[in-house]
Amino acid sequence: MNKYPWWKNALILLVVAFGFFYAAPNLYSPDPAIQISGESSGAEISQADLNRALASLDAENIEHFGETIGEKGNSALIRLKDREQQLTAQKLIQRALGDGYIVALNLAPTTPEWLTAWGGQPMKLGLDLSGGVHFLLEVDTDSAVASRQEFYNTGIKRVLRKERIRGLVQLQDNGEIQGRFNTEELRDKAARVIRDEYNELQVTKTEDEGNFYLTAVLTEQKRKEIEGYAVEQNLTTLRNRVNELGVSEPLVQRQGKNRIVVELPGIQDTAEAKRILGKTANLEFRLEAKYDAPLSERERFDFRSNDYGDSGAWLEKDIVITGERVSNAQAGFDQQTGQAQVNITLDSEGGTMMHRVTRHNINRRLGVLFIERKTRTTYVEAADGTEKIVKTPYDEKHIISLATIRDALGVQFRITGLDSPAEAAELALLLRAGALAAPIDFVEERTVGPSLGAENIKQGVLSVQIGLGLVALFMLVYYRVFGIAAVCALSANIVLLISVMSVLAATLTLPGIAGIVLTVGMAVDANVLIFSRIREELANRASPQQAISAGFDRAFVTIMDANITTLIVAVILYAVGTGPVKGFAVTLSIGILTSMFTAIMGTRAIINLIYGGRRVNKLAIGGGA
Amino acid sequence: MNDKVINFMGVRRVAAALSIAFVLISIVSLAVRGLNFGLDFTGGTLVEVVYEQAEPLSNVRSSLANAGYPDAVVVNFGADTDVLVRLPQGMSPDLGDQILGILQETAGSEVELRRIEFVGPQVGEELREQGGLAILLALVVVLIYISMRFQLKFAFGAVVALGHDVIIVLGIFSLLQLDFDLTVLGALLAVIGYSLNDTIVVSDRIRENFRKLRKQSPTEVINISLTDTLGRTLVTSLTTLLVLLALLFTGGEMIRGFAQALTAGIVVGTYSSIYVAANFMLMLNINQEDLIIPEKEGEPIDDMP
Repeated sequence: MNKYPWWKNALILLVVAFGFFYAAPNLYSPDPAIQISGESSGAEISQADLNRALASLDAENIEHFGETIGEKGNSALIRLKDREQQLTAQKLIQRALGDGYIVALNLAPTTPEWLTAWGGQPMKLGLDLSGGVHFLLEVDTDSAVASRQEFYNTGIKRVLRKERIRGLVQLQDNGEIQGRFNTEELRDKAARVIRDEYNELQVTKTEDEGNFYLTAVLTEQKRKEIEGYAVEQNLTTLRNRVNELGVSEPLVQRQGKNRIVVELPGIQDTAEAKRILGKTANLEFRLEAKYDAPLSERERFDFRSNDYGDSGAWLEKDIVITGERVSNAQAGFDQQTGQAQVNITLDSEGGTMMHRVTRHNINRRLGVLFIERKTRTTYVEAADGTEKIVKTPYDEKHIISLATIRDALGVQFRITGLDSPAEAAELALLLRAGALAAPIDFVEERTVGPSLGAENIKQGVLSVQIGLGLVALFMLVYYRVFGIAAVCALSANIVLLISVMSVLAATLTLPGIAGIVLTVGMAVDANVLIFSRIREELANRASPQQAISAGFDRAFVTIMDANITTLIVAVILYAVGTGPVKGFAVTLSIGILTSMFTAIMGTRAIINLIYGGRRVNKLAIGGGA
Repeated sequence: MNDKVINFMGVRRVAAALSIAFVLISIVSLAVRGLNFGLDFTGGTLVEVVYEQAEPLSNVRSSLANAGYPDAVVVNFGADTDVLVRLPQGMSPDLGDQILGILQETAGSEVELRRIEFVGPQVGEELREQGGLAILLALVVVLIYISMRFQLKFAFGAVVALGHDVIIVLGIFSLLQLDFDLTVLGALLAVIGYSLNDTIVVSDRIRENFRKLRKQSPTEVINISLTDTLGRTLVTSLTTLLVLLALLFTGGEMIRGFAQALTAGIVVGTYSSIYVAANFMLMLNINQEDLIIPEKEGEPIDDMP
């Protein structure tokens, strides 16, 4: 009685061995490292590049080892002895290599090959443990819709002019495009033309005091599409920008309808990161307005160049192309004047449009309008006397360059008139990484310094150890031999939990460690339930073997019920929780599942090995039994 | 069965009065004092730095006030070299960096950044709503699961016990004005999980005994069941408390609120699984008939030996 068949023991051994194997990578702490890669994905890193980088480190006596060039030849890794020197090393290497290389902080795993060969990898650490920045950004989708309405407004005016339909078309504050016509015939013709050209607009007709109106609004579906596109486009742009920042293993992820999470491990300079990420700079190329152009077709913007006495210039409202058509941009210098400039390459469509417009407008001036989203803070006193802070985003637009068109422009041209090389470099970066389709606002930011992260790990591990020690001691004293089985199972449970987290590449956070600690406390519950049942059976004068068998069987249903309900709560916690709390839910859920295996099957196997298949007169289970 | 049955339900009226009193005190405190919501829920900016040498807080306060932040809350966090600055409203996401700059300029010794947190007001509000929703959702799902697996009266008993625990833990946080942040909310859901675990173990035994002991009165059956499970209830609570104390004392400041909430929750949860759930079931007149196994339809789920 109470003997497991050999295959069951083998299965348990196999699972525990699996656990030890895949938990093992966590024993090897990673090395601080610097990762070098080319700015464009095709660029190669040569041995010469690596040597230059190493020479710059040697010059400052920064110790390094294990330098390798990646398999594909497009990245290199330099391991450092001291984590404190990581930032200095990054700056040195960046200076030595110059632009065109991305030099990123990294943590290089030291997992031995016999582990990685079988897919062994350490757990990922959350930002609260590794240090770094977490941003939550909100995409201003309303603004994307508004700029699209502006586009339709311009378009409608253009087609009506082309079809020689006279009328007054205006964009209303509520986003509707309204047209006023003198006769019903004109209005109906206009409606037909608009419907043909833009079937995503919903056109309605009204009349009032002899005037005939039509109203064009975006369909609900189209509006959703624009909003969805804006978020997706921003996601892509942010990924590009994050790559430009030089961070290893960044996370850029959509959250909910219009939010984006950005996590940058290892980053310290949050101001710099925020400036680059949040910059909604965009460019618009517009022709300078003619003197006789009606006011409704031109706009005045500040022009900060001091070459002109006039501090502003009039540009046409029609946009030739926007920054989205830019496929490449590089900072450089003008050969003659030595002034900073940005060399721009457009995509083919952009090149065609630029050519079409500039060809007919030689000797007119082309303005480059720089648009930047900023926030203005005002203080409003609310009705109850408390001060409320109102933040209103606004666009700051100014002209950065206004140059005479000497010749028809094509795919390649340059922007001059920039203040400094640094400004040229930043503009080039922003143009290259792409414009944001809609402005973004920072709604949440969490920065964790590396020392706090390391301390969190240390304290977390210490509390797991102390907790485990206390529980083990108690179980041994209270349940004797059965306690040994429970402690073995509990230890196996932690190993399994860690291995499952590692295999799933789940992220460990500080609350996650708390989840492990809690699992230690609660996982023994199953054993406690079983052991109290066995004691009860013994008290009812069951034989030791019967008591063991009945104890495990009868406690099983209770354990299942209790664990399934806890699991339900953990799943809810995961579904609604954010960030670190999710980490807690993950460890708790996995811990419940692994503990059911170890506490029921694992303990039973050990008890069977000790007591099974022989005559037993007395069980060492404590409690006077 | 055990010869020494403890008459738990003999004091059921006292226990009920005690529970109602605690719940009322908690509700009053929540209404009057409210919760000391952390940054996660209020929105605002928080900067934690560590000075090389302990810096008098008054110095930090005055240099912040001079720089135009008179409403900054400055406290020590854990050690006296560790300083936490909290501003009620995040005026801009850059505020954290500005504060750090001021502290670094005015400090007598080296200042190292530990963390900056900025939470926009709209996010705080959403998190609050989501949190409340999560707790309600958890309670409803539990109600459904237990009424399917056990019986509706058990489900009500369990949910009343859980509500009792959540309200009292919230009450403790309100009375002592402990920081209530996102991890505490997580802990509160873990309390629900834990207390539920306890209540189900007890309910499981009550169900078993109702079917086995046909002659005893419901009160007697419940007393017998509670006595049977008492050892287990106490041992599990003890082991869980042991690890929580380890977490409370060595886990560090950032996890303290979590450990506090769970410690309180486990003490209250242990009490409620003995006195609240069973007590409430008695109030609903639970008896053997509620748990008669329907013979004709067979019994697909319950296969207790």
